[in-house]
Amino acid sequence: MKVARKIVLHFPAQLVEKAIAYRLVKDFDLQFNILKASIIPDSEGFIVLELSGEKDAYNQGIRFLTRAGVKIEPLSQNVSRNEEKCTHCGACLTVCPTGAFEVEDASRRIFFNHDKCIVCGNCLKACPPRAMELHF
Amino acid sequence: MPAPYAKLALKDDLALFLTSPSYINKSRLCNHSLLCKTKPHFEYFFYYLGNFKSADYTLQVLSFQLLCKFTCYPVIIDSRARKYYDLLLKISLFIKISTMQKTIEEINAKIKAGKAVAVNAEEVIGIVRNKGIARAATEIDVVTTATFAPMCSSGIYFNIGHPKPRMKLDAGKTFINDVPAYTGFAATDVMLGATALPDSDPRNKEHPGDFNYGGGHVIEELVSGKDVRISASSYGTDCYPRKKLESWLNIKDLNEAVLYNFRNAYQNYNVAVNLSDKTIYTYLGILKPRLGNAVYCSAGQLSPLLNDPYYKTIGVGSHIFLGGGEGYISWHGTQHNPDVPRTANGVPKRGSGTLSIIGDLKQMKPRWLRGVSMQGYGVSLSVGIGIPIPVLSTEILEYTAVTDHDIIATVIDYSKAYPQFTSDVIGEVSYGQLKSGVIQLMNKEIPTASLSSYSGALEISNILKDWINGGLFLLCPPVKPIPGVKDGEATKPFNYRPVERNNNH
Repeated sequence: MKVARKIVLHFPAQLVEKAIAYRLVKDFDLQFNILKASIIPDSEGFIVLELSGEKDAYNQGIRFLTRAGVKIEPLSQNVSRNEEKCTHCGACLTVCPTGAFEVEDASRRIFFNHDKCIVCGNCLKACPPRAMELHF
Repeated sequence: MPAPYAKLALKDDLALFLTSPSYINKSRLCNHSLLCKTKPHFEYFFYYLGNFKSADYTLQVLSFQLLCKFTCYPVIIDSRARKYYDLLLKISLFIKISTMQKTIEEINAKIKAGKAVAVNAEEVIGIVRNKGIARAATEIDVVTTATFAPMCSSGIYFNIGHPKPRMKLDAGKTFINDVPAYTGFAATDVMLGATALPDSDPRNKEHPGDFNYGGGHVIEELVSGKDVRISASSYGTDCYPRKKLESWLNIKDLNEAVLYNFRNAYQNYNVAVNLSDKTIYTYLGILKPRLGNAVYCSAGQLSPLLNDPYYKTIGVGSHIFLGGGEGYISWHGTQHNPDVPRTANGVPKRGSGTLSIIGDLKQMKPRWLRGVSMQGYGVSLSVGIGIPIPVLSTEILEYTAVTDHDIIATVIDYSKAYPQFTSDVIGEVSYGQLKSGVIQLMNKEIPTASLSSYSGALEISNILKDWINGGLFLLCPPVKPIPGVKDGEATKPFNYRPVERNNNH
């Protein structure tokens, strides 16, 4: 069975310069699509990627990363909407590349679909009341 | 009641006739004749001459409907009726038609008694559709309208009280949370605008700038009850010796704190697109290249002035919902420009009318006064405004039944036409189309986004409705109308007159 998940890999400073991600391909036959990355030498780094492959291989790959010292989080926790701040104006609708914002029919409130979010960050500055927040 | 008939008869293609039912039967026009819903004993039907194939036809039926205060059915032209014109016009003078007319005083009496019926400008559409305009007009007393969107010409003024020793802030410099305030008034009066930025803000030095904090955010914090920091310097006089003031301020310690906005609630607004090859950052948000998106900013069918297109009830002195509290319309807004192209139902297709409004900041709520940041542009304040429209006649009710599909907005290119101030228009779209999520222009499907919060406007219209239905909010008749069509009020462009450089200065 195939699985595909969007995850965030946090690399502690000592791992940043080690080649790790390529082994997901080489050893576990996984495919990955990097959505966003920030790697600075001698400092902490992160990669947001969509990782896919056979379920068993996927789980082994994740185990390998964890043992290597990489912290793994599911992606959806990383951009969230501050409900107190959101005015439901809809400015975010056309800046999101994946269509994660949808208008609810009758109320015309804006629904944020975490599942579609790839943490590109486009909505952060496009939101007039700055309701979209990036969390690590 | 005769006046409308004479008025209608002025134009040959807009004439109104009366004839007997037997004539209608004979002419086999019964199904198409203009049948007014009248009392059973009413023995005449109206004949209406109009070219029902022309675009004006709907307007003509509508005008007639409004003038005679009855629901009408479509009419067909019958030239034979023309010869009866004079006779029938005379007859019409003798016919009494009961009209639905209410006064604001009567509506207020019902509000006080807890018997008033208010509905919002979205609900009224269905009610009028189902019950007809005549019946709906007898049942509904007030239609509540609202809008919640960034409105840049907003600001507050307040009086900080005199410090010991005294200080005159005017002609000095005053900052609130580092945002510059205007003090060119008496000693302790301060005005702060929504779009002001701290001197330290990098602006667009690195384009697009973030604009995280400014006047609008200070206003939101003040309304929230948070302490803000005032730092002021001035030159000192014999009577006002103090030269520096650095202190925390809280709204509860201010003598007066007033929201005063000199242009809000634009009647209609441009839809912004970008024809250029690069992303642009505007006051209408981020516009993607090559018609990548379109941004609109209006509550459409809920928006106050779109529900009263000719300013028949909304005027100076009207009592309104403002920022979660109560306010009043203080004047027409700056750039008020009623003489723009309008649809057959009178709704402007361009910016058009604006309002200036005022209210006590101390009773307002941060939920409805929100500092906003427009990337690459600046800061502003989102303001929640709700305006009740008294249903004084079927005509007024008819206007409030306007739908998103009847309201047209103009699409403008913000990469060139807007900044260069040319009159180029890309196209016209309805709010119905805009709200569908996609519009079609220049053979392209363009996804749409909004800056005005429809759900926020809906919430405000419901709050105002509850206030009225609960007997908590009375209407005020305007003490002065705001300038209407052909009243001579028009927005002029800047009159540029180059200044001669004189070396003697």
